[in-house]
Amino acid sequence: MLNIIDKVWIIPALMAASFAVILFFGKRLGTKATAGIGIGAVSVCLVLSVVVAGQWINRVNHPPTGAALAADVVRANGLTPQDGATIAGEIEGATTESGKTVTSESADHGGEHGGEHGGEKGGEHESVPPVVRTATWFTIGGIDFEIGTLVDGLAAMMLITVCIISLLVHIYSTEYLHGDVRFTHYYAFLSLFTASMLFYVLSSNTLQMLVGWELVGVCSFGLIGHWWEEKKNTDAALKAFLTNRVGDMGLIVGVIITFFAAGGNSFNVLHLNEYALSGGANTTLLLIGALCLFGGVTSKSGQFPLHTWLPDAMAGPTPVSALIHAATMVVAGVYLIARLYAVFFSGLAIGSSSLHYVAFIGGFTTIIGGVLAFVQWDLKKVLAYSTISQLGYMVMALGVGAWTAGVFHLFTHAFFKACLFLGAGSVSHACHHTFDMREMGGLRKKMPVTHGTFLVATLALAGIFPLAGFWSKDEILAGANAGQENAYTLMLIFGLITAFMTAAYMGRAYLLTFWGKYRGHAHPHESPKVITVPLVILAVCAFALGLLNFPKSFFGLKLSSSLTTRFEHYVEPTFAFPPLQHAEFTPWLAVVSTILAAAGFLIAYQYYVRNRGPHGLTQRSKVAHAGYTFLENKYYLDDLYTGVIVGSTKGPIARASAWFNQNVLDGVVNGLGVGARKFAGVVYAFADQTVIDGTVNESGRASEGAGQLLRRIQTGKVQQYAFILFAGVVLLAGVLVFVV
Amino acid sequence: MFLNQFLLLAAVLFCIGLYGVLVRRNAVLVLMSIELILNSVNINLVAFGAWWSSGDGANYSGQVFALFVIAVAAAEVGVGLALVLLIFRNRKSIAVDELDALKG
Repeated sequence: MLNIIDKVWIIPALMAASFAVILFFGKRLGTKATAGIGIGAVSVCLVLSVVVAGQWINRVNHPPTGAALAADVVRANGLTPQDGATIAGEIEGATTESGKTVTSESADHGGEHGGEHGGEKGGEHESVPPVVRTATWFTIGGIDFEIGTLVDGLAAMMLITVCIISLLVHIYSTEYLHGDVRFTHYYAFLSLFTASMLFYVLSSNTLQMLVGWELVGVCSFGLIGHWWEEKKNTDAALKAFLTNRVGDMGLIVGVIITFFAAGGNSFNVLHLNEYALSGGANTTLLLIGALCLFGGVTSKSGQFPLHTWLPDAMAGPTPVSALIHAATMVVAGVYLIARLYAVFFSGLAIGSSSLHYVAFIGGFTTIIGGVLAFVQWDLKKVLAYSTISQLGYMVMALGVGAWTAGVFHLFTHAFFKACLFLGAGSVSHACHHTFDMREMGGLRKKMPVTHGTFLVATLALAGIFPLAGFWSKDEILAGANAGQENAYTLMLIFGLITAFMTAAYMGRAYLLTFWGKYRGHAHPHESPKVITVPLVILAVCAFALGLLNFPKSFFGLKLSSSLTTRFEHYVEPTFAFPPLQHAEFTPWLAVVSTILAAAGFLIAYQYYVRNRGPHGLTQRSKVAHAGYTFLENKYYLDDLYTGVIVGSTKGPIARASAWFNQNVLDGVVNGLGVGARKFAGVVYAFADQTVIDGTVNESGRASEGAGQLLRRIQTGKVQQYAFILFAGVVLLAGVLVFVV
Repeated sequence: MFLNQFLLLAAVLFCIGLYGVLVRRNAVLVLMSIELILNSVNINLVAFGAWWSSGDGANYSGQVFALFVIAVAAAEVGVGLALVLLIFRNRKSIAVDELDALKG
C-alpha cells in the first residue's frame, strides 16, 4: 500500500488545489459543481487522513527498531547522518541493556526529568518517533529553514477531526447557503480554511505553524465577514482579525524566543521540545517564550482577556461558526500548547507547580465564558460563550498536566459543538433566519431530528454519562485532582463549577428553543436531509466517541487493556515529550460532576419550563440587576477595549501624538530641511558653480581654442597636406638616423 | 657593382617628383610627378635586387616587386585621371590649389 504517512503534504495540497479551482473557475462551473469540488476534495482528504491514522496506529503497534528507528530520530531532529550512526550505536546498546527499544534522548530525559515517576512511561510505551519529512525552504546565515510535515498521533487525530467536520460543513452549506450571492466565494474560503488548518496541523516547525496560523486567521476574517453588506458583520470580521493580531505578536515573539533559547539553529518542533526537556535548558527563557506563545493562544483560542472576538464572530454564516468553533481556528491555540508541550511543561514548571498562569487563565476562562452564556438571548452566542468556556477547559487540562484529557476534550468537543452549531443553524433556517431564543420555543415536535441531535449534543456537552463529554470532562477533572506532584485544587474547583454551569446554560438554551410554546411568527418545519444527515452523524459521534478513551478501571469494571485508553495510547506522544503522571479514573469525581450537571439541567428545567424560582429578580433587586447588567455588557471588556484603549488611542493619545508630530517630529524634519537647503546653497555656489561648472566650461574653452589653432592646418589644399606629410617623414627619418 | 649611382639617380628623381607634387598647380602634372616618385622607388628596388643577387646567381624579387609597383601605379593613375576629368567637368579647371572646399 502507498505509504501516505510519508507524503501527507498531499492532504493540504489537495484542499489548496480545490481552493484555487473554485476561486478561478467556480463562477463558470456553477454552484453545484463548486460544491461538488469542495465536497469531493474534503472526502478524499478524509479518506487519506483515515489511512494516515491507520498507518500511525500500525507504527505504534510495530515500532521501528534499529537502523530504521535511528533514521527516523535523525530526520526528526534534523541531525546529520554521522549523529545517526552514533544514535544507532546507542540504540543497540540500549536494546541489549534493557531489552526494549528506547532512544538515547528519551532515556536521558527519563533519567534527568522523570525522577520519581519517570519509570512509568518507559514501562507503558515504547518510544515511537513521529514521521518527519522535511525539505529545505531557504538558507540564511548558515541556518536551514525547513518546510515539512510531522505526523504523530496528535496530528493524525487532528487531520481526521478537521476533515470530518469540514466535510459535514461543506455538505450542510449546500443547503444553508443555497442561492447566496457569493456562493463560490464562500466555498473557496471553506477550502482554503480547511487547507490552512491541515497545513498548520502538519507543520514540522514553528515558523511553518506561524504561516498556517495566520492563514487560518485570514480565512476566518473572510468568512466571518461573508455578508459584508451589513456593517455589523464587517465590524465583527475586523474585530476577530485585529484581536487575533494582538495575540499573534506574542506568538511571533514566542517563536523567536524559543528559537534562540534552543540554540538558534532550528525551528523544528521536536528540536524545541528536546531542548526544553534537556537538563541544561534555560527555564527562565522558556518561561518567557511559553508566556509569549500563550499570548497567541489567548487570542486564537479565545482565552481571557482576548476572548471578546469569539462571540462577535457569530456574524458569519452558521456552518462557518461550526467550523471555526469545532475543528479549525480556535483549537489552533490548544493544538499549539499540545504540540510544544515540553516547552510549556518546562517553562511553566507544570510538573512541580500547583498553580501557574496557563492553568489559571484556562480555569478562569471556563467560568468567565460559562457565566456570560446565561445572559445571551442569541442561541449562537450561547454556544459561542460555551466554546470559550470549553476552550478554557482544554487549556486548563493542558495546564494541569492532563495532556491526553485536554486533547481528548478537544476531540470530543469538536463533534458535539459542531452538532450544536449546525443544529442552531437548522433551527434558524426554519425560523426565518433568527437566532433569538425569545422567538423560538416548542420546536421539539416540529423539528424532531434537529431536536434529537441537539439534545444528544447538549447532554454530551453537559457531560452526562455515557456521552462523549462525560469521559473527556471527567478525565480533566481527575487530572486536576491528581495533578503531577501537587494537586491543582483551584482548577478542580473551577472545573466543577463549570460542569454545573455548562449543564445549566445549555439546559436553558435547549429548553428555551425546543420546549414550551412557539413564540415566533414563522412556520417552522424540519430541515431537508442535507442538513439533518450531518446532524445525525455528528450526534452519533458525540454519543459514542467518548468510549475511545475508556478508563482502565471504571467503577471496578476492568476491560481488557486492548479496549481501554486507546486514545491515550495512540495519540499521546512518546518522543520528546515530558514524562506525565496519568490520573486514574476517580469514581467520586465522576459522581459529583454528574450530579452537578444533572442539578444544573434540572434547575434550568424548573426555572424556564416550570417557571419556578426567582423570576423577575433582576427587576426587584438592585444587586441582581447590577450583576445582570454587568454580565450583559460582557464585563465591560468590550467597552474597555473600544472605550478606553481604542478611545484613548483615538482621543488623548492621538492628540498628544499629533502635537508631538507637529512640534517635535516636524520640527526635526523642518530643521533638517532648512539646514539641508542652506547647505545645498553653499554647495551650489561653491562646488557646483565654481568647481564643477568651471571644470566643464574650461575644458570646453580649451578644446575650442585648440580647435581654433588646429583648423588653420586644415586648409583643404592637398599639396600642403602632402608637404606636411613629407616634412613629417623627413623628421622621422632624422630621428631614426641621428637619435636612435 | 656601383650601387651608389643608382641610389643617387633614384634620389634625384624622387626629389624632382616631390617638387612637382608639392609645387605644380596642374593636377595632371601632379600625377606625373607621382609617377616619377614611384619610378625612383622602382629603380631602388631593382638596384637593391641586383645588388643582393650579385654573389650567388639569380634573385628576382626586387624586379618582381618593381613590376607590382608599375601595375599598381597604372591603376592609381587610372583612378587619378578619372578624378581629374570629373573635377574639370565641374569646375572648368584642374588647378589643385583652388580645390579647398574641405578647408576647416
